[in-house]
Amino acid sequence: MTGLKLTNIKKSYGKTDVIHGVDLEVQKGEFIVFVGPSGCGKSTLLRMIAGLESITDGDLEISGERVNDLPAAMRGIAMVFQTYALYPHMTVYDNMAFGMRIAKADKAEIEKRVTDAADMLQLTPYLDRLPKALSGGQRQRVAIGRAIVRNPTVFLFDEPLSNLDAALRVATRIEIANLKEGLPDTTMVYVTHDQVEAMTLADRIVVLSAGLIEQVGTPLELYNKPANTFVAKFIGSPAMNISKAKLSKAGDSSVLALPNGNSFEVPISSAAGLEGQDLEWGVRPEDMLICQDNDTELLSGSVMFIESLGEVTLLHIDCGGEDSVVAKLPGIADVKKGDQISLTAPADKLHVFDNKGVSFLYL
Amino acid sequence: MDQIYSALLTMSLGVAGCILYFWGSNWLLGIIFPFRGQSHEQAARNLRIASSVRPWLFLGPALFFLFLYLVYPVIDSLRLSFMGRSGEEFVGISNYVWLFNDPEFQESLKNNVLWLLIVPAASTFFGLIIAALTDRVSWGNIAKSLIFMPMAISFIGASIIWKFIYDYRPTGSDQIGLLNAFVEYLGFEPQAWIAVPFWNNLFLMIILVWIQTGFAMVILSAALRGIPEETVEAAVLDGANGLQIFFKILVPQIWGTIAVVWTTITITVLKVFDIVLAMTNGQWNSQVLANMMFDWMFRGGGDFGRGAAIAVIIMVAVVPIMVWNIRNAQAQMEDR
Repeated sequence: MTGLKLTNIKKSYGKTDVIHGVDLEVQKGEFIVFVGPSGCGKSTLLRMIAGLESITDGDLEISGERVNDLPAAMRGIAMVFQTYALYPHMTVYDNMAFGMRIAKADKAEIEKRVTDAADMLQLTPYLDRLPKALSGGQRQRVAIGRAIVRNPTVFLFDEPLSNLDAALRVATRIEIANLKEGLPDTTMVYVTHDQVEAMTLADRIVVLSAGLIEQVGTPLELYNKPANTFVAKFIGSPAMNISKAKLSKAGDSSVLALPNGNSFEVPISSAAGLEGQDLEWGVRPEDMLICQDNDTELLSGSVMFIESLGEVTLLHIDCGGEDSVVAKLPGIADVKKGDQISLTAPADKLHVFDNKGVSFLYL
Repeated sequence: MDQIYSALLTMSLGVAGCILYFWGSNWLLGIIFPFRGQSHEQAARNLRIASSVRPWLFLGPALFFLFLYLVYPVIDSLRLSFMGRSGEEFVGISNYVWLFNDPEFQESLKNNVLWLLIVPAASTFFGLIIAALTDRVSWGNIAKSLIFMPMAISFIGASIIWKFIYDYRPTGSDQIGLLNAFVEYLGFEPQAWIAVPFWNNLFLMIILVWIQTGFAMVILSAALRGIPEETVEAAVLDGANGLQIFFKILVPQIWGTIAVVWTTITITVLKVFDIVLAMTNGQWNSQVLANMMFDWMFRGGGDFGRGAAIAVIIMVAVVPIMVWNIRNAQAQMEDR
């Protein structure tokens, strides 16, 4: 069943277009994460779903009903803000009860829902406190509690963890994952710029760039089969290395002619018309290997910089391209700065894109 | 022209005198407690003495004038209030006994209470409403400047402006007062507004409200802008309408500022004098304490004892509000 549906959603501020037509269908109970660089429009899109920003064009449906013109409070949504947005003059209890009091709900019902939510989030001892007497993590839990009390059909999170310190962020992330399990029927939309949050929490990730959807898919789909170079570079850390080549032979598998003169066969099919054209190919740092005797060399260059993290070693290598190539080798690698190094990768780990950056898998 | 010259001369002399004092006294301190060319111990000792004397030296003039114009008058007023007409013979509390039996004092007290109830409430209320409304419209800043402008007019100047608005000419002649012109246009009899007992109090209060609303508006507008926008958005999502957001989310968050504005205006109101002096001089039952004090002290009365007694009453009324106001303002700053 569809929980949330966006059809050609657009947003303009005067003459400036911010969202250029977004189509998205979210199943009921799904956990969707919007990721993208700053200014890509992910928060604007979320605020449009919430009803805090007007929708310039297109249709927004929640549970099958068009809600474009419905006031925010009547859309059946609840939102957790980055800055918590607690009412500073109200106790934790009053913060959570405010919405129901405005809706003139029954007193006993309010009490039941607030105490239930407080129980769930371990906030019961703090119900009489003011927000300023709480820690950051507790405040965020109150904000989540306030949203739970509204019993929403769609739960919205706007970068809820970015004001917390690293340790608390991990703990709260797990709490949000648990919350999702406890509310299987609630659709959740979560905005973040942190790909770890996106990968760990999402059922599906929506990658946005400059007001457009680049790709929608499960975390592993995005990792294994990025639709274009933008997604390829955005998902995964360090980012995928992208280099240039020519397609020397099309067919069920493609043969790349590398600038260093080598040919490399990749098990990805390509159309005959692409033969002889320029293309881009990518390989993730963690898929790179140091060349052994019979391996075909993909890239080579001198090591500029080494980051030893213990479990892995990151090598930054100058291969003559615009950006340095990064290789992530397991354990502690026996490499020194200035060493000449030649690299390869398993053929099935390569990603191939046409000269517009679209993956061969999606052509 | 002569006045301008003498004003310029006074100003430059004043500034030069200040510079000379601070520089000269510091120089003198260096001469008395030198630290160059001394033994290490002596230099350290002199430096320590000089730096403990310096703050007193620099604060000295301010403390001196504060004492002369603030502390001494308070003490002397207290003393005078127990003295007779000429301020020479001791009369005990008889000035106060007279005061509390005097019908004019009772009237002034009653009027002052009325001013106290109405003016701070009205100014703060209008200031808050205007601040909230002007934040939402594009021409809000122009509106704000216009509403703030009366703050720049002296109370006497404002009274003169309003004297024209309330001006009365007998029926039949051309009304030059705005209010009467309007009243006549509507087909009613013109009135001598400031001579109508009881209601004239309200007409005088309007002047002070007109002046103080701008002050309240500026402070409250800044406070409103300090409220995080997300709390309003959260309330929108919680289903609160405009009025509920205003009264349940915005106003409670700036309650401290409202209290400070309210008490600050209250103190101004307790001292209200110029408006009454210029408009009615206390006639037609519009007397207030400060104007009555002035009457007894310097004008018709010429009675130092009674004038001082009224001054003491005003001070006793102001002090608790002042203390509360300062505490509140300090609490506000600590919250930030």
